[in-house]
Amino acid sequence: MSILAKKKAVESEADLVEAIREGGPFVIEGGGSRRIGLAEGEVLSTRGLSGVTLYEPGTLTLVAQAGTPVSEIDALLAAENQRLAFEPPDLRGLLGRAGESTIGGVVAANASGPRRVAVGACRDFCLGVRFVDGRGQVVKNGGRVMKNVTGLDLVKLMAGSHGTLGVMTEVSLKVQPLPETVVTLGVPGGDAVEAVAIMSDMLGQPYDLTGAAWQGGRVMFRLEGFETSLRYRIGLMRARLRRDVVEHWGTEICDPIWRGIRDVAPFQDVPGDVWRMSVKPSDAADVVHAVAPADVIFDWGGNRFWLLVAEGTDVRVKMPIGHATLVRASNETKRRLSVFHPQNAALERISAGLRRKFDPEGKFNRGMMG
Amino acid sequence: MEMPAPKSGRLASKPELASRLCAVLPSDAVIEAPEELKAYECDALSAYRCPPLLAVLPETTEQVAKVMNICHEMGVPVVPRGAGTSLAGGALPTADAVILGVARLREVLEINTSDRYIRVQSGMTNLSVTAAVEDEGFFYAPDPSSQLACAIAGNIAMNSGGAHCLKYGVTTNNLLGVTMVMADGEVVEIGGAVMDAPGLDLLGLICGSEGQLGIVTEATLRILPKPEGARPVLFGFDSSEVAGACVADIIRSGLIPVAIEFMDRPIIRATEDFAEAGYPDCEALLIVEVEGSEQEIADQLARIIGIAKRHDPVAIRESASAEESTRIWLGRKSAFGAMGQMGDYICLDGTIPVGELPAVLKRIAELGETHGHMVGNVFHAGDGNMHPLILYNANEPGQLESAERLGAEILKLCVDVGGCLTGEHGVGVEKRELMTHQFAPVDLEMQMTVKDVFDPEWLLNPAKVFPLAVSAGRRAGR
Repeated sequence: MSILAKKKAVESEADLVEAIREGGPFVIEGGGSRRIGLAEGEVLSTRGLSGVTLYEPGTLTLVAQAGTPVSEIDALLAAENQRLAFEPPDLRGLLGRAGESTIGGVVAANASGPRRVAVGACRDFCLGVRFVDGRGQVVKNGGRVMKNVTGLDLVKLMAGSHGTLGVMTEVSLKVQPLPETVVTLGVPGGDAVEAVAIMSDMLGQPYDLTGAAWQGGRVMFRLEGFETSLRYRIGLMRARLRRDVVEHWGTEICDPIWRGIRDVAPFQDVPGDVWRMSVKPSDAADVVHAVAPADVIFDWGGNRFWLLVAEGTDVRVKMPIGHATLVRASNETKRRLSVFHPQNAALERISAGLRRKFDPEGKFNRGMMG
Repeated sequence: MEMPAPKSGRLASKPELASRLCAVLPSDAVIEAPEELKAYECDALSAYRCPPLLAVLPETTEQVAKVMNICHEMGVPVVPRGAGTSLAGGALPTADAVILGVARLREVLEINTSDRYIRVQSGMTNLSVTAAVEDEGFFYAPDPSSQLACAIAGNIAMNSGGAHCLKYGVTTNNLLGVTMVMADGEVVEIGGAVMDAPGLDLLGLICGSEGQLGIVTEATLRILPKPEGARPVLFGFDSSEVAGACVADIIRSGLIPVAIEFMDRPIIRATEDFAEAGYPDCEALLIVEVEGSEQEIADQLARIIGIAKRHDPVAIRESASAEESTRIWLGRKSAFGAMGQMGDYICLDGTIPVGELPAVLKRIAELGETHGHMVGNVFHAGDGNMHPLILYNANEPGQLESAERLGAEILKLCVDVGGCLTGEHGVGVEKRELMTHQFAPVDLEMQMTVKDVFDPEWLLNPAKVFPLAVSAGRRAGR
């Protein structure tokens, strides 16, 4: 992360276009709350491009400028009994940041929380995007309708591109109605092998689980919907699990539990580097065993997990399989090990080719992803 | 509809190309004879036909790679073909192109129910993927209506949807990884059996790229536990406004039906004459299907009926048995057949914001009258994906062109109210020239630039998606 006093704040898309045409290289920033990659340049903030431009609760559609705070969107949706289904993590605690998370930053990071295991990632809820490319051209893709296969899907490409292809100015999203109620089941699950086995078994049944995590020796499942239906499914789960099951009902108890998983709360204020892993659940225990971390949190039924390791540890050389992203470490460690997992040569070449087309002069987050 | 003129050099290269392809493929995998090539002259958009230069049916990724490498060296375009069920002309060849069919790539490579994925060769049909895992209690969710015939390769190329995507999403939401052969024959692996691998989302880019970025030969697909059961309820309304309001209320309620299907009066009448499903004669009809256990289904249906009753339906038909469910779906499922019996038809699939439904239906009826064509509407109402069916008589000169003009007007209308040209069928050749109505030149240029990265010489399905005049310079080639 470059610590520079200089920061360019734009108030409109036209300002942004002008800034990009005349300046650079830039480090693109929304609220500055979740950036993990390193780049050099003047900070270009989209925070001034703020406001929800369209919200239709009856069609589950929301369009917002990229700098709109997530908190503002959450409040607007809550007033209509709706939410962002992919529950973007708030990494401020983990990363020690103070900024205000923006929706543009969320999409740029394809940031998804525990419900991703059931409903899909942030990118699956992105319907459209507007962005400015490295030449200062305003480009649109997608739209605001639920089904759209018109032309190439640049919306998916922009989601998760970490600001390396263009600066998003507006995103349209599909939102979700709030369920009637929620319940969390806590099940004792001693080690990683046992935890994955329990989670895979439950996720392989038609229980519509919207969370499957393991932390502190306890497997947690989340169910959401109508109470009668949840009681029925809990009955089936109890019969299949044949273990002690603790039920926590209602948002007041459940929200903090899942917010903790989502935001990697147990690793906040604990020294050490934090890695985010992406592996097949059946490989998760092997990876944990090989790395031998100080602590681990499983999410998405073991598809994603978080490792806490001693500072400077190279997790990638120890893991037999999978992808690892270095989320929290010193800049020195990040430079040495690289934040993003190296891709195979063919994908690296294609990605570099795309970056050259979108951003020929390398004005955006130069070197961040490879 | 225009296609680019074939290049004489390519036509002349046929003997050499055939012999080079025969050298790397099984003996029966290269199709050269004109009478056999007729099978590859069109897809389900059968109004347009052109036999290809050659057709090849490789059996492995390695063979696909060799074909691509040879065609690349010789500067011959390749048009990928799944099962040939595209309604948009995605697999329509030109006379100087090779059709590469994936029909012989039909193997299941791996089933992993504990990690919930299946890896298959891309020529497998959509339904056969579900068949491979259903004994273990799983299914593959995207369900295009051609699912008995259509290939996974085509589903990925077009990002296919289906009636049940309201709950489960479309292909892109259920695709984890692909093995893809690039235009020059290089084989790449994108994604895999994990969620959200780091790096740019190239998988999201490939899905829906209409065979213009590469040939997908293998796919890793997400599989889901099969629900315990499903049951529909049918509502009749005396106006499409009211039906539209009812859909919005159901969606807002927090219920997530797996499907909400809409039919308008012309379609209801056509299907009644054809299939006798016993539908009420009304202005608009909704079929809402929910899933779960018996008790859950009953609860959800009770809530949905409660919502619908606030909109004064003229008919409510609740299913109490499998037979009744089949009967409720019968008319919807035979809608295309019913229209087909009344004449030839063009099926469009523009998507609109659901709130625009009544206004758009009214305008479509007016446009149909002006152009002198009957238009029926079936509709995935939950997600605004329309399916106007425009009737015409193929034997009467000028009728196809007139129906196409009407179709173009309807699709422009979809774009003008905030929607798009195609929700699940793809652009192909059918909507190619309308792309400038939805996209500014800079938007199209950006998309073509992406193709430049994957296929610098524009040899992969080159005459699709982008208006011919817009892509002409890039297609000039050898």
